[in-house]
Amino acid sequence: MPTDPAARRAWQAAATVTDPEIPVLTIEDLGVLRSVEIDDDGRVRVQLTPTYSGCPALDAMRDDVLLALTHAGYDEVQVDLVLAPAWTTDWMSEAGKEKLRRYGIQAPSGNAAARPSGPVRVALAVKCPRCDSLNTRELARFGSTSCKALYECRDCLEPFDYFKVL
Amino acid sequence: MSGPDLEHDASDDVHGDVSVDRLALAEELSGTSADGSIAVASADAAEYALRLGDDALVLAQQLGMWIARAPELEEDVALGNIALDLVGHARSLLHYAGTASGRSEDDLAYFRDEPEWRCAWLFEQPNGDFAHTIARQLAASVYLFELYSRLMHGTDEVIAAIAAKSVKEVDYHRDHATQWVLRLAGGTEESRRRMITAIADTWPYVDELFADDALVERLAETGVAVLPSTLRPGFEEVIDEVFAEAGLERPTGRTAFIASGGGREGRHTEHLGPLLAEMQVLARAHPGASW
Repeated sequence: MPTDPAARRAWQAAATVTDPEIPVLTIEDLGVLRSVEIDDDGRVRVQLTPTYSGCPALDAMRDDVLLALTHAGYDEVQVDLVLAPAWTTDWMSEAGKEKLRRYGIQAPSGNAAARPSGPVRVALAVKCPRCDSLNTRELARFGSTSCKALYECRDCLEPFDYFKVL
Repeated sequence: MSGPDLEHDASDDVHGDVSVDRLALAEELSGTSADGSIAVASADAAEYALRLGDDALVLAQQLGMWIARAPELEEDVALGNIALDLVGHARSLLHYAGTASGRSEDDLAYFRDEPEWRCAWLFEQPNGDFAHTIARQLAASVYLFELYSRLMHGTDEVIAAIAAKSVKEVDYHRDHATQWVLRLAGGTEESRRRMITAIADTWPYVDELFADDALVERLAETGVAVLPSTLRPGFEEVIDEVFAEAGLERPTGRTAFIASGGGREGRHTEHLGPLLAEMQVLARAHPGASW
């Protein structure tokens, strides 16, 4: 969050925007909101970073940021997309991860650097967000969206989404 | 607010009428690029970005055709999601390519004819059966992973940023293709037979990916591009590890007849035409339409 009070107010307005596909997470929780600056003419410039390159939620989030800031009284708003540095699930806040789990989506396990490497990977245990069992099985590496894999719990028998480490 | 209730006058509203479409259009016209600043590609970098973007877009279009046709529902979703990632890569790359000539990513995607496309032949090969799609996915994703891992350290900031973003996603595509190669090769007699056939049919198109030419040689000198030939050892090492795990052999020797390919110069196989026709028909029938 910016230190300048004026920019901080704009940040807080932008940070109310949520992911249209995971409405419990704000773009701040996700680490998608990268920076908010206000120039001398009062123009607000927001930088967002895409989670996945083709994620259709990004366009909705970009439009929602424009609307949120406009409703908060900013007349001139520019939302830029930045690719570098590339978004990583490491930027997701701890509060965000906890919200995800309560929502029924298991949060990324560990950070991106710890992701197993090599052409043929071993499967890692993913904890069931409902009953905390590690006795789970991957059903599909690509779930309802690019960012999620589909798992099932062999103890409580519920299927669940896992937010993949990126 | 003054005036009759039913006649809303935007000038009375502090913020005016806000249309998301209008704002988005204004922003696009401002020409902001991948890093948020205004960057214009050199003619050579644009041509290179076009090659990369065309590879990604054509492969995305192929994978999208599996939606509602894949062997299981989860695979519809997986191939659709992989296609979506590739469309994202193509959008960034074509947007950047277009900055050199003032064309938009849509102009480049929908209003170029076959000889103007720069994709390699591998990417335009038909889906075949599921094993053929997986063989193509394995070759494509391992190649793209090697390429983007190197390009992310390149000297062109925009291409490097797109590569750094894309490589993380391509890594998952590589993983997905690997899992299916293992499953098909170790599945039934029939699935194994089909996997072996698919690899034999796909491999003649691999050579072209690693062919150097004048453009990449010029760009590699300044660190904008990577010489394709230098990617081959890394590619083969990964492929060999996967094939060893699956009990398969990498085809060698008999693939030289296709080495020249021709996609980078706009010479294509018969499969690109119908693919472009399907992809472009709507945009060409209704130029400028949005939905």
